[in-house]
Amino acid sequence: MKRFIGFIKKEFYHIFRDKRTLFILFGMPIVQILLFGFAITNEINNVDIAILDKSKDPTTQEIINKISSSKYFSLKQIIEKETEIETIFKKGKVKAVLVFEKDFSKKLTKENNATVQIITDATDPNTANNIANFISSILQKYQQEINVNIKAPYKIIPETRMAYNQELKSVFMFVPGVMTIILMLVSAMMTSISITKEKELGTMEILLVSPLKPFQVIIGKVVPYIFLSIINAVIIILLSIFIFNMPVQGSLFLLGAESILFIINALSLGILISTIAETQQTAMMLSLMGLLLPVILLSGFIFPISSMPKILQVISNVIPATWYIIILKGIMLKGIGLAVIWKETLILLGMTMFFIVLSIKKYKIRLE
Amino acid sequence: MKIIGYIIQKEFKQIFRNKAMLPIIFILPIIQLVILSNAATFEVKNIAFSYVDSDKTSFSRELISKFDASTYFNVITDFPSSKIANSAMLNGEVDVILEIPQHFERDLLKNKKTNLLVIINAIDGAAAGIENVYINQIVQGFNKNAQTDLMQISDKEIISKNIISIPSFWYNKTLNYKTFMVPGILVILVTMIALFLSGMNIVREKEIGTLEQMNVTPIKKHQFIIGKLFPFWVLGMILLTVGLIIARVLFNVPMIGSLGLMYLYTSIYILVILGIGFYISNFTDTQQQAMFVAWFFVVIFILMSGLFTPIESMPEWAQFLTKFNPIKYYVEVMRMVMLKGSSFIDILPQLWKTLVYAVIMNGLAVWSYKKTN
Repeated sequence: MKRFIGFIKKEFYHIFRDKRTLFILFGMPIVQILLFGFAITNEINNVDIAILDKSKDPTTQEIINKISSSKYFSLKQIIEKETEIETIFKKGKVKAVLVFEKDFSKKLTKENNATVQIITDATDPNTANNIANFISSILQKYQQEINVNIKAPYKIIPETRMAYNQELKSVFMFVPGVMTIILMLVSAMMTSISITKEKELGTMEILLVSPLKPFQVIIGKVVPYIFLSIINAVIIILLSIFIFNMPVQGSLFLLGAESILFIINALSLGILISTIAETQQTAMMLSLMGLLLPVILLSGFIFPISSMPKILQVISNVIPATWYIIILKGIMLKGIGLAVIWKETLILLGMTMFFIVLSIKKYKIRLE
Repeated sequence: MKIIGYIIQKEFKQIFRNKAMLPIIFILPIIQLVILSNAATFEVKNIAFSYVDSDKTSFSRELISKFDASTYFNVITDFPSSKIANSAMLNGEVDVILEIPQHFERDLLKNKKTNLLVIINAIDGAAAGIENVYINQIVQGFNKNAQTDLMQISDKEIISKNIISIPSFWYNKTLNYKTFMVPGILVILVTMIALFLSGMNIVREKEIGTLEQMNVTPIKKHQFIIGKLFPFWVLGMILLTVGLIIARVLFNVPMIGSLGLMYLYTSIYILVILGIGFYISNFTDTQQQAMFVAWFFVVIFILMSGLFTPIESMPEWAQFLTKFNPIKYYVEVMRMVMLKGSSFIDILPQLWKTLVYAVIMNGLAVWSYKKTN
């Protein structure tokens, strides 16, 4: 036991001596969560649009005013010819063009029908779809205003309640994701080189001839980083509560405990990478190239898992971040306790055990 | 020139000798491109839908069958009480609960007015907004049917003025997300490979101690840097080529614009990334530091590139910051050229910004590399 403590002490010295890495370790997550918490949103805001008004009458003017005064759109350009649409789309200046047909007002009063064409640049399908929906709903509202005298005989009024997020803030969706990504990658990267570094620098031999058992080496490597990561997690959670006004409906204690579990999970994944890789370069490329995109794309951080193809939904289950995001949202936004998220917790626990056991098995006690 | 040739030869040998790295450089990115491009979709479908029917009349059943018929909703269960339904939402089993009140049918026939309660899990605010639109469409459709069925009022008798809006989606008529995502993910993979490899390169020689040996040779600074960076530039171009073939063959992504233009832009773009990597490599002491810094920038570049979430929605200051993001320009150019067929003139603004960026970053890299300590 004394030996083991000595080993942990050595690891702590290593970490605290490298002031620059320490600075990067704590500085980076703070900058990132501040940046992303504010900047990542998929709400539609200030989309640049252009208008081609072939009739130029009071009605179209009124509609244009309604659209450009909404916070969703800003009128960037008024064009005169159909051919210009292609040009401005190719330059990427606007995302949508509204085309009012000729004699709009006249047709509306005489024939009761008038047409607006919403042409969107659908290279970004999501934004294009949203723009089309938003403009249609503005037009619909205007239509209701001019039809105010006619009453439909029957009415079903759906009353919608937006559970857990009344104002549809995208912060609620993205902050838990950002927290997860940062914790996962920082933790995994920290330990991913811990063993390969000793191999590369030649100090591995010394460790191997020491009476330390493989599991002691592995655990000893993880322990100091647990402390660092907990500090990181506390900072991140505090920032998300105080800067981004994330509520914590559930127990703060449970939130802390689950976060520690997730940190240990990520750290042990790093260790596992470290025991497999031969050089620091390989280890880091594995943890960076191998983890970054899958964690961002498959964890449900940005893209809803339920919309993915079946196979990817299955794959997303093996990504620890998926479960942690569910847990975070559950505790912070829904206020649920262990009674509900015991399954997710058990899965994280199981994955952690798996990583640690595999690392101990893969840890070679002989030099090549 | 001969010296540069030798350095390049040495670097290539080192890359190809490291058998563990080869699959990470060549196979991992390809696998990710193929698999992850399928994951990136904002489409809202397979919505887990449930209902509490307290009315149990032909009317309420009719309404539910409308949801059942919709392709967006998966009708999961009918719950006996709203309490049970709410706890199911808490557990994450359902996303939408429709509560049909008692006397739904009676109220509609008698009072000509009735209420429905819709509860949506709104943690993903954007998806919740879309779900709400779908629900309203179905209810509205049902409403209209009820009118014609009950009152035998034809549409003609309710004379109202209609503004018909016709949306048309250019460049991507079916709103296919893969056409949108494949070029973007390819951009990220090219960037990551180029940045991580170049960022680790010199600092690795520093750590192992072989950089000193290089420094005592008569190799000039610029020869050294060109020799070091050229192999990674080639790797980046190869990755782009393989990626483009996959995009074309596997994902059927249209390539309307000129391939030459894409290669021209990419060849300059990779220089920017290599410059950044080299600069990082110069002012860090260990591979770990270099990788952390490189990772820091890559994550910022990716998440603020407009690839996953639109730049226009960001606050002003964040939009300003994206001006310094090389990935942003690359994503823009790839999408413009591949999907819209933009010409050289159209991408000129991005091109010259990238060129200036490349000159600055490589200038900094050369300037900060010192042969003597």
